[in-house]
Amino acid sequence: MADIAAAPTSVMLGVALALFLIGMAGVMIRRDLLYVLMSLEIMFNGAALAFVTAAAKWKQPDGQVMVILILVAAAAEVGVGLGLVLRLYHRFGTVDGDQISLMKG
Amino acid sequence: MSWLWLVPTLPLAGALLLALLGGLMPRRAAGALGCLSVGLSWIVSLKVAAGYLAATPATGAYGQTLFRWIDVGTFRIPMGLYLDQLSLIMMLVVAFVGFVIHLYSAEYMIRGEGYSRFFCYMNLFVGSMLILVLADNLLSLYLGWEGVGLCSYLLIGFWYQERANGIAAQKAFIVARIGDTSLAIGLFLLFAHFGTLDIQRTMSLVSAPSGASPPVVIAAALLILGGAVAKSAQIPLQTWLPDAMAGPTPVSALIHAATMVTAGVYLIARTHVLFSLSPVAMLAVAGIGAATACYGGLSALAQRDVKRVLAYSTISQIGFMFLALGVGAWWAAIFHFMTHAFFKALLFLAAGIVVQGLGEERDMFRMGGLFTKLPVAAWTFLIGACSLSALPLVTAGFYSKDAILWASWSYRGGSAVLWAGGMLAALLTGIYIFRAFFLVFFGEQRTPVESKPGLLVNLAVVVLAFFAVVGGILGVPRVLGSTNPFGQFLAGIFGDGPAEAVSTEGPFLLFSSIISVIGIGVAYALFKPGVRAPAVARSAAYDAVRRFLLTGWGFDWLYDRVFVRPYVVLARMNRADVVDCLYTGLALIAGAGHYLLSATESGRVRNYATAILLGAALVVAVLLWR
Repeated sequence: MADIAAAPTSVMLGVALALFLIGMAGVMIRRDLLYVLMSLEIMFNGAALAFVTAAAKWKQPDGQVMVILILVAAAAEVGVGLGLVLRLYHRFGTVDGDQISLMKG
Repeated sequence: MSWLWLVPTLPLAGALLLALLGGLMPRRAAGALGCLSVGLSWIVSLKVAAGYLAATPATGAYGQTLFRWIDVGTFRIPMGLYLDQLSLIMMLVVAFVGFVIHLYSAEYMIRGEGYSRFFCYMNLFVGSMLILVLADNLLSLYLGWEGVGLCSYLLIGFWYQERANGIAAQKAFIVARIGDTSLAIGLFLLFAHFGTLDIQRTMSLVSAPSGASPPVVIAAALLILGGAVAKSAQIPLQTWLPDAMAGPTPVSALIHAATMVTAGVYLIARTHVLFSLSPVAMLAVAGIGAATACYGGLSALAQRDVKRVLAYSTISQIGFMFLALGVGAWWAAIFHFMTHAFFKALLFLAAGIVVQGLGEERDMFRMGGLFTKLPVAAWTFLIGACSLSALPLVTAGFYSKDAILWASWSYRGGSAVLWAGGMLAALLTGIYIFRAFFLVFFGEQRTPVESKPGLLVNLAVVVLAFFAVVGGILGVPRVLGSTNPFGQFLAGIFGDGPAEAVSTEGPFLLFSSIISVIGIGVAYALFKPGVRAPAVARSAAYDAVRRFLLTGWGFDWLYDRVFVRPYVVLARMNRADVVDCLYTGLALIAGAGHYLLSATESGRVRNYATAILLGAALVVAVLLWR
């Protein structure tokens, strides 16, 4: 606990932002839906890290609570998301998001 | 007199019955119904006339309001009938000539299809014409005016399978439309200034001292004249009448000679108060009349088609009526209308016998030698021709035409130029009609006679021939010792009746008699059997003149170049409507926007995710830097 607290807040937030942007880039760039889901997880983690940092800075437990909430939401999202990807794979024989573009306008 | 409403109603009811049930009836029944409705109408009109003469109302007019047609605020138009001396004469002539021609058609049209349709249109025509002459307000008159125009269109195109007939019908309708528009604007002008369309009230308001300013009167008179010119086939809107001969011959006799084409004459006589207040309009009427009389006479000289000769003759004779109107001899115009209705209907019906007898042959140069083959037609045509060319003393046409010629010299608006024009037209009349007579009935026979006329057809032409001779007795001028009852009768509404006998009238009468006899003599010298065409007739210049006259002075050619073709070119240029550009432009912009936005709907999830993220980033950025 002490070690983490020792790291400066700005560095922690920088790491959180980096995680978020890496995840965001993954969502935008990757075509494989599995990787998109994984990138989303990275974005979740970036957000969660920002909450933890804020909680440590102001010595408030709310941030820890939010992290638990994010973990639950992420778990649920992965459950639903993997289920959808599995169904898509059965339906189309691929998990390439660009090829599954039936709802073109 | 209270039966007056039956006069136009009976033919209209006949038309309605024939329209609804005509297809179910046998031919004889349809023909009988068609004749019966008009015949009854004629009998009722006789009864009404007898009642009118026995007990003439103090004002000289009997009005009958049938129902209220339009009632919006202060705009009230009743459907009313108005019987005075003028409409009485018109009504009697229309009903009588209409009835005789219906009898003729009952037999004449029996072959061929559309028998009940024919009588439906004819009844509708007679009903509309009676509404026109009996209407007490200008809007009801306009209703009848359009009604007869419609029937004219329907009957010219009666044999609609022939493309040319349809085109002729459309031409008549469109040319008449020009005049109708002018007349309608004239009515708007009168209503705007006087707030009423009742003819008698309008006329009294016009002539009141505080009435209308001269420009309004002149404009209204000229606009009404425009309507009359188109309906009565006067220069410059005369081109439709020769083509209207595409219709069946009884139609030409009834509509395009005896009644409808004289509606313009009636309209001007009806609104004579308006015209007499504007000398400009009067001069225009007289000038158009004299010019058209000569135009029609010259054009008739060169025609080959016997019906076209009669069509140009009709144009010419209505020109005479306009000449009479223009110089203020209202009664003479109506008198000539009446005698013209008799002798021109007669000429058409007699020509119809010939045309049908030769198997629809209309070219006079393929006729000939029919005097002994079709004696009834020949004799009645001769009587009609004599009346038309005003053979002195014995024919009706002489008295009416002489009255006009004398008026064109002696009346207020008369002048030597108008008189000379009338004289030239009178001379031409004798030449062209007897040219037709000699070509059709004398010389060698070129086409065999296929069929002879039946009883009803002969009866109709004999009755009309009788009236073409004796119809003039009513209007014998005073210089010949008569009291001129016709002119006296109409003096009740036109104010000044026929002029007193003047010493100069005698020589004029003699001169016009000589002129008409000279015309007949010239025709005899040139076209009597066995006369060979003089050498001049083979020259190129003569041929050019002949073709010029044959085409009616090239008016059709001129109008085609000046109006029809530029219009067609404009229409082609504007095929994609200019006004439409605005609306198609709007539609195009909306369509482009649609395609632009629909391109973003790529169906690629990551693109959507990118858009959401960028949008979120934008919102955050705005919130931070606001």
